[in-house]
Amino acid sequence: MSSFGSSAKRVEDPVLLRGEGKFTDDIHLPGLLTAAMLRSPYAHARIKSIDTSTALELDGVHLILKNADLALEYTTTELPLMVPNPLITKPVTPHMLAKDYVRYVGEPIALIVAEDRYIAEDALERVIVDYEPLPVAGDFREAVKRNAATAHHEIEDNVCAEFVQAFGNVDEVFANAPHIYKNTFFQHRGAAHPLETRAMMATYDELSDHLTFYAASQSPHRVREIYAKLRGIDDNQVRVVVPDIGGGFGAKGQTYPEYFSVAAAARLLRRPVKYMEDRRENFTATHHERDQLWTAEIAFNDDGKLLGFRGTLLHDSGAYVPWGIITPYIAASTVPGPYLLPAYEMKVTCVLTNKVAVTPVRGAGRPQAAFTMERMMDTAALELGRDPASLRRQNYIPADQMPYKMGLIFRDGSPITYDSGDYPACHDKAIELSEYDSFKERQKAARSEGRFIGIGIASYVEGTGLGPFEGANIRVAPSGKVTIHYGASAQGQGHQTVFAQIASDQLGVDLADITVIGGDTQGCPYGIGTFASRAIVNAGNAVHQASEAVRQKIIKAASYMMEAAEEDMDLAEGSVFVKGVPKMSRTLGEVAEFVNGKPGFTLPGGIEPGLQELSYFTPKQAAYANGTHLAEVEVDVETGYAKVLRYWSGHDCGKMINPMTVEGQVLGGVAHGLGNALFEWMRYDENAQPVTVNYGEYLLPLASDMPHVQQVHQEIPTPQNPLGVKGAGEGGTIPAIAAIIGAIENALKPFGVRISEAPITPPRLLELIECARKN
Amino acid sequence: MTTMHEITLKVNGADYACEVEGRLTLADFLRHQINLTGTHLGCEHGVCGACTVLVNGKTARGCLMLAVQADEAEITTVEGLAVNGELNDLQQAFMEHHALQCGFCTPGMLMTLTELLEENPHPKEQDVREAISGNICRCTGYQGIVAAALAVAEQRDC
Ligand code: FES
Ligand code: FES
Repeated sequence: MSSFGSSAKRVEDPVLLRGEGKFTDDIHLPGLLTAAMLRSPYAHARIKSIDTSTALELDGVHLILKNADLALEYTTTELPLMVPNPLITKPVTPHMLAKDYVRYVGEPIALIVAEDRYIAEDALERVIVDYEPLPVAGDFREAVKRNAATAHHEIEDNVCAEFVQAFGNVDEVFANAPHIYKNTFFQHRGAAHPLETRAMMATYDELSDHLTFYAASQSPHRVREIYAKLRGIDDNQVRVVVPDIGGGFGAKGQTYPEYFSVAAAARLLRRPVKYMEDRRENFTATHHERDQLWTAEIAFNDDGKLLGFRGTLLHDSGAYVPWGIITPYIAASTVPGPYLLPAYEMKVTCVLTNKVAVTPVRGAGRPQAAFTMERMMDTAALELGRDPASLRRQNYIPADQMPYKMGLIFRDGSPITYDSGDYPACHDKAIELSEYDSFKERQKAARSEGRFIGIGIASYVEGTGLGPFEGANIRVAPSGKVTIHYGASAQGQGHQTVFAQIASDQLGVDLADITVIGGDTQGCPYGIGTFASRAIVNAGNAVHQASEAVRQKIIKAASYMMEAAEEDMDLAEGSVFVKGVPKMSRTLGEVAEFVNGKPGFTLPGGIEPGLQELSYFTPKQAAYANGTHLAEVEVDVETGYAKVLRYWSGHDCGKMINPMTVEGQVLGGVAHGLGNALFEWMRYDENAQPVTVNYGEYLLPLASDMPHVQQVHQEIPTPQNPLGVKGAGEGGTIPAIAAIIGAIENALKPFGVRISEAPITPPRLLELIECARKN
Repeated sequence: MTTMHEITLKVNGADYACEVEGRLTLADFLRHQINLTGTHLGCEHGVCGACTVLVNGKTARGCLMLAVQADEAEITTVEGLAVNGELNDLQQAFMEHHALQCGFCTPGMLMTLTELLEENPHPKEQDVREAISGNICRCTGYQGIVAAALAVAEQRDC
């Protein structure tokens, strides 16, 4: 039976269930020291002096590092811009430890290394820093104004990038369209909140002048490259290893400043040094996605045909732009979604503030884009007197127009081309699953009992699996067991299982005999990382290619060994055999031993050494996944609490290698979206002081908030890669906010409540209800 | 100098006699002093539930309790659930129902549900959801966890 397409149980699970996982903080190296980070209490200040003398006197304190110390260790202490773009006019990036200025609360200033964390934190309190507070760029809507306080003292204004994404003749459309609707949306997305905070540990071997860096990183090769570059060393002098990771959701994809001070400390002390961020630090210093303000106008003809969309997007970038303008760029490119849209224009302004940098969190700007478009669709449906589902369906790109050139140019310079999909069919599946057609009756019955229930719908298209590449290195050992190294790393997605499934079919080997190892720069020479729903497309297809090549090598060698024709060979149950002649067979172990050769003997018949292959997959463009979600909510009009009662997802991520783990990805994504719709808010006061820094103040969705989610899948393979797969990591989140808030608005239709913001917390919803009641 | 305290306790059936600092949390003691790293720390302020262990059969937050408070207690951690490496029925059900992704919340979830199923062998879905509403999971959307607990309750009935 083929393993591809089956819901194989995860090989990762037993170890994790026994509590035997190895997360970074679970690794106790001999001689280990622990670090704590001194961070800025000010949103913007000049550092006049740092006095570490009393802290250093404390028993058990080994080292305190400041920027000046790192300047001796690295060619520069300023981190590079990871994704440059000529549109960025202020390419500001942070220093590893603050150099003279701090620009957000939580910015690292000094690293303290001690016997244990308790002592390190004692020492933290004894460091005396003299600050000169500077004017603060707080709320991004204020910061964008002329004469606003600037986030960096040396800049004139806070705008760090402006660009336009457009196609078609927008002005003409809006000059002539019979129906035009406008709205403004404030959207806030909180942070990633993996349950494990950021984690890192460095150990230095003086003899070989080699650093091993353990990091809970979604992108280990980036860490290696930047470290080597900034130290001016060869990349063979550093190895980055990713232990088990307790979730990432984008935030652990960044190459953070803390990595470099911890690595330096280990080198200077010649002892392993570990740094575990605490949760408060995670709130203030791990990147967010945060605030956006959108204006939108949508145009329709009398028959409900979508004619055009235009708007503006103001994006809070935070104090630095280490990941460039990726998030707003993706947002502006995602608005058109699954619709036939003749004309589009989005003017984007990115503004610096004195808050931690904004970089992608699960969805990366797409949830906000989907919210903007889908809310406008709902508005149009209401105004045109149309059913929201049927208005959408009327405007989807039909399947026979695939591949479809959407009109925009993507950030890699290529035209955005939706490669595959059948949006109306996927929509129909979700509609059927949700029993949408009988909802009106359910709603009526509920209202007669004084209950306010509503339904919301949202659709999206997501570019997944972007390049440049990912690699896989596959080896069959003389034991007959298979090892797969790949360049990216896993944070709970189930790579070990799914990649083994891909290889298992090619090599005829049981999942139990395949070991999959990610996130070790020594296992696979190059890699990009696990983010942007790209691992299954890139690394998955690399595994496929490499195992196909290894299969050919096995067949070639076996054909020589057994004197049989290559085309008569097949592989199963750990052996290669001649079809129909069960006696003529060799185990993969025997073949591996054979191709490993004997000293002094030439390998015969053009056979290559080793059953091994390193292969990279390089996609030409994104593979576009899509979906339609529906949510049913009940609003308690006395408390403003919106409870999501039921939730449905119609989803197309192409071929599913393991439907169970795909459903898991969608589920987790929906939960994240539900948090963004109803609770999650990283609040700052007007001085950019964070005010939600624990899980009492910042609410994450709990089991009691989550509905049962039902899923239906459509599997339209992408022609973009041999496996026909599209990414699935973010699709659950992208439409969820729009679907849930649409449902709330629908539930409150009797009050005429309109919602143009996310999240919508209970107090705010109550305010809107009160306000509507008065009118 | 910090004063050290002698404590004796049983963890997963094994006896320990240790010297600890007064301020050492139970979670740090388990993780770093006796190397039982299955108990995780997600927030260190008592909300996420990742550090949940059983103290004398009742759930407690390892991050909110001091090691000295566990003197003479019997503690069960996630490492104490499997028997000779064999997953118990709840762990097995977690695997069957895809109740974990990154696995970071899992130890706390397992301990909370171990207590629930002891106290209420026939929980309804709502009971399970309430029981684990003190445990945060960012990965799974909770659905698999709820399904696993309900499946175990049903199985144990047979
Ligand atoms: S770590 Fe103890 S409750 Fe979060
Ligand atoms: S499985 Fe990752 S937090 Fe629950």
